[in-house]
Amino acid sequence: MFGYIVRRLVASVLVVVVISMIVFALFFLGPSNPAAVICNANGRCTPERQATLEHALGLDQSVIPQYGEFVKGVFVGRTISVGPGADYDCGAPCLGISFRSKLEITELLKDKYPATLSLAVVGGSLYLLIGSTLGILAAKYRGSATDRILVSSSLVFSSIPYYLVALLAWLFLYNEYRLFPETGYFAVTDNPVKWASGLLLPWLVLGFAQSPQYARFGRGSMVETLSEDFIRTASAKGLPRNKVLFKHGLRAAIVPIVTIFGLDMAFLLAGTVFTEEIFDIDGIGAWGLDGIRLLDFPVIAATVLVGAILVVVANLVVDIAYSFLDPRVRLA
Amino acid sequence: MTEVLEGTQQGAQARSSSDTEPFLVVEDLTVQFPTHDGLVQAVSDLSYSVGLGETLGIVGESGSGKSVSSMAVLGLHDEKRTRMTGSIRVGGKEVVGAGDHAMRKIRGNDAAMIFQDPLTALHPFYTIGAQIVEAYRLHNEGNKRTAKRRAVEMLDLVGIPQPDRRVDDFPHQFSGGMRQRAMIAMAMVNNPKLLIADEPTTALDVTVQAQILDLIQKMQKEFGSAVVMITHDLGVIAEIADEVLVMYGGRAVEKGSCKQILTHPEMPYTWGLLGSIADVTGDTSKPLVPIPGTPPSLLNPPTGCAFHPRCVHKDKVPDGRCNSELPELRPGIYANHLTRCHLPDPDAIYESEVKEVVM
Repeated sequence: MFGYIVRRLVASVLVVVVISMIVFALFFLGPSNPAAVICNANGRCTPERQATLEHALGLDQSVIPQYGEFVKGVFVGRTISVGPGADYDCGAPCLGISFRSKLEITELLKDKYPATLSLAVVGGSLYLLIGSTLGILAAKYRGSATDRILVSSSLVFSSIPYYLVALLAWLFLYNEYRLFPETGYFAVTDNPVKWASGLLLPWLVLGFAQSPQYARFGRGSMVETLSEDFIRTASAKGLPRNKVLFKHGLRAAIVPIVTIFGLDMAFLLAGTVFTEEIFDIDGIGAWGLDGIRLLDFPVIAATVLVGAILVVVANLVVDIAYSFLDPRVRLA
Repeated sequence: MTEVLEGTQQGAQARSSSDTEPFLVVEDLTVQFPTHDGLVQAVSDLSYSVGLGETLGIVGESGSGKSVSSMAVLGLHDEKRTRMTGSIRVGGKEVVGAGDHAMRKIRGNDAAMIFQDPLTALHPFYTIGAQIVEAYRLHNEGNKRTAKRRAVEMLDLVGIPQPDRRVDDFPHQFSGGMRQRAMIAMAMVNNPKLLIADEPTTALDVTVQAQILDLIQKMQKEFGSAVVMITHDLGVIAEIADEVLVMYGGRAVEKGSCKQILTHPEMPYTWGLLGSIADVTGDTSKPLVPIPGTPPSLLNPPTGCAFHPRCVHKDKVPDGRCNSELPELRPGIYANHLTRCHLPDPDAIYESEVKEVVM
């Protein structure tokens, strides 16, 4: 087990390194020039000014030295020039400074991350809970009216694009009728009530909009499990129906649900772009989107890397969880 | 019915009801499943009984209703999807129409069941011990320690080596034969008076099959249970059964003592079954004689005798009665032998035409 985890960790680090290289390569091989964007934004852009900016941002060097600088920054920190004669001392782990705000990426990340974390953890748990409960109920009453209503309504709901649901919810439930408090992120440590009320609508929207997927998936997994021979054995022993369903059925049906949820969580934690944009939450998703819009490369690199690390970690966690859930997958 | 068990409460109950009738009585059992395509007539008018210490073998091919009828004994069919009429009495208790609560006291306690594939029939995520303990504690008072000790005892009894260590293993750590042993241990943990074995040897290799059959017989002696052995393997029947019931198309087509059925079968389907056994001691170059055709549809069963489309002897019955009239289950020429066939003198045909091919 220990050896396995070490092997997986090494492999995970390699994946992250490769992704960071790909991000660098894509950004520099692409036609975009952040210096030009920043320069033009200020109106009078002379070629000299653009060249100065390019030099200040380090864009006049080729990709490989820049990547080397970046890696060095992560481990030992580095000094970044932010203008003629002005240097910024960026301590390790340094992911660079934003081209735009001139703030340290790691500081920004620390600043933005709690919002995304709050949104993802509660929203994700909510849809896991709502979705799989409905799915299990549908499986329990398979073929009945309850089942058919659940299945068909989940199909209808999951056919509506998420951004539309979120926009409509914001428009009607908040903007038009004020049924919910103002959305936004407030630090939980400052004011837990405000934190919860600001995120209430986004949580619910996230929870309800994604739950049909889990309902259908949970139903499928449960129905499949309930047709297994060991379920018949459990009934033949004289177990009450609910114990057959939950102790024997759900125990086995939960495994694929956990797998999917682990990967889903990774995507949520890497930034819930629509939710953050629509509900005005200052998190990683909205920040990354701004980074792309403004060609703020350090921001893009940071969000992509955070996303990659989360997906890799989630995979690892799911695999390890698997070995606890399913004794047949004891890892050597 | 001569078996008398030590004076447990269930034993006393079984004894008092067995004064009047065998432990398991199935009477005019009909099981139907309504589906989108129509009514599946899985079992029709089936009657049999098994006493304590006796073994009934039920033989038939896939879809003949043998498993469906035995699952009905434990009430394992989904009530909402099943129509069941007739009567099944386990130790005097009526099963047909009994509520879930009443059935739970019978399942695993009065009657237990073992299944074809012991890998899929055991829960992959719980240890063998936990599964036996669960079965024991459902029907017995007693803490986990007592139950665990009982599980180890049972594993020892069914011949699992080092039972106190293996009790904490998961099913996938057991070999096929050991899994079936563990299934038997789990089934017998509550001293059931009836053991239904649904093709318990089909998924096992031949050497293990014999061991499992021996074990079932040993358990039967130990607990004095009635055994219903469902199989399509006449070799298993010859080994273990006292009485044999041959099923075809959801009906009993022949019933009698094991010896009679194997030596003087009176129904062409049974002849076919005997003809399709490989005889490794005889002339091995002799081809097997399969039964032509395919099993009947239970959705649209054939008119008359369900076997007539595949029967090579139907021309010997005048007026085409085979395809118009369902034969009664009537007494054959030997005592306690029942057969469902229009042939006027099947034993003569068997002796003169069939026996040579079969044997």
